[in-house]
Amino acid sequence: MNRPALAAFSLLVAASAAGAVGANLGRDVAANCTSCHEADGRSRGGIPSLVGQDRLNLVQQMRDFRDGKRPSTIMQQLAKGYSDAEIEAAAAYLSAQKAD
Amino acid sequence: MHQSRREFLRSGSASAVALALGGSGGCASMPATAPKVVVVGGGFAGATAAKYVRKWGDGKIAVTLVERGSAFVSCPLSNLVLGGSRQIADLTVAYDGLDKWGVRRITDEAMTIDPAARTIRLSSGTTLPYDRLILAPGIDFIWDAIPALASREAQEKILHAWKAGAQTIALRRQLEAMPDGGVFVMHIPKAPYRCPPGPYERACQVALYFSTRKPKSKVIILDANEDVQSKKELFTAAWNGRYKGYVEYRPNSGLVDVEVTTLTAKLDFDDVKADVLNIIPPQHAGGVARALGMANANGRFCQVDFLTYESTAERNIHVLGDAIQPAELMPKSGHMANQHGKVCAAAVVALLTGGEVNPAPVIANTCYSYIDDKEVVHVASVHRYDPATKTMRVVAGSGGLSAAANVQETVYAEAWAKNIWADMLT
Repeated sequence: MNRPALAAFSLLVAASAAGAVGANLGRDVAANCTSCHEADGRSRGGIPSLVGQDRLNLVQQMRDFRDGKRPSTIMQQLAKGYSDAEIEAAAAYLSAQKAD
Repeated sequence: MHQSRREFLRSGSASAVALALGGSGGCASMPATAPKVVVVGGGFAGATAAKYVRKWGDGKIAVTLVERGSAFVSCPLSNLVLGGSRQIADLTVAYDGLDKWGVRRITDEAMTIDPAARTIRLSSGTTLPYDRLILAPGIDFIWDAIPALASREAQEKILHAWKAGAQTIALRRQLEAMPDGGVFVMHIPKAPYRCPPGPYERACQVALYFSTRKPKSKVIILDANEDVQSKKELFTAAWNGRYKGYVEYRPNSGLVDVEVTTLTAKLDFDDVKADVLNIIPPQHAGGVARALGMANANGRFCQVDFLTYESTAERNIHVLGDAIQPAELMPKSGHMANQHGKVCAAAVVALLTGGEVNPAPVIANTCYSYIDDKEVVHVASVHRYDPATKTMRVVAGSGGLSAAANVQETVYAEAWAKNIWADMLT
């Protein structure tokens, strides 16, 4: 196998391995959010909906919670449980969703 | 073996109802070859799993939910019925919101699993085939541990109110009928039990009722554990502050038996007489999940693979919610059960459609307790799968408690309840 072919093959393997997890990473992490933050577009007060929100804003809010920049009762404690990749994937998923 | 269609039809009217439901539940167009999932139990875990297998399976997986109750009644918030700020109707949600997802619903009780044939028989005689069976039966009480509570009469006099509904209403009525100056005695079993902070929240809610309506009355907590099991500083602050003189906490109070006629809790070294006696019995997995050797953690709860929630004892059978033996620091809570339901649904969809099971699930717990009718406290945690030990571990630095009881979190607690009920049921 020549070098470019090997590199392409490695990329393919990496992509498929990442794809296996990556395909549903955002959906699965966002499912943690929607236990409290409703996903059907009907506001029930108190806790904001995240569905259809701006992706970069969602990422920034989670980072600010995690880094202690945004005050909270519970969100700082929860935000510390997630990696950057998980936050970005969940934000991308939620921002692309419409109400059920 | 599967029942023939004729046997299925002959087995009674409930089957006819089930067929009718199947026809109207969005499954009419499902091909007979569609993979079949049967979910037993419509609580936080089972209802969530049923909805999300339909949602994430793009409607290609047939889902039947077997639930004996006609509506969902939430255990979270049910202590507020004892305190007087909620009615059971406020905590009751219909199951018909699942219809739009194409979940076929059967009001029945699961009886016998045939794992070789992959069928489950219901009490009506209906037999359902499955490719994957999801059991979310919650808990059963271990009545043998309290001999005098064996009879139905005794159980109607000394209530548990640890499954929300008729028992909750009955316990509220006992408190209302109790003369001022009476003593409410609650016994807490050794952990693990459903909802670790629940008994302490209950003590607060009964104390709220007493402090406003029956100021000469008192709450005695008899705890079989050596200390408060959850939110200790937050609850003790309430008992030493707002409820000073109303609540007495007695740790290491193992229960030997009760005396029904005198409403007496008989402890190892002491007897405590009550005017209203509330015994939360020790618990194990709901009956259907204890079959087939699945209750393989101390004979009480079910060990599962945390990637799929498949039983470690039986292939193709998944167990969720309070029936499982959780990893360390994973409480038996409604919120956790909802999270089990989603991880399991994702795995079941992957297994039935040739996808990859998520090798790194992360789940969270959020739990609010009402100190009174205005102030709330929380505990939260995030748990990540650890491939080395094949268990869930709390993410270092995540989670925590409220700094103090506060009114802001009362708004969140109410929204949490409404949103998680919607997440499960609509």
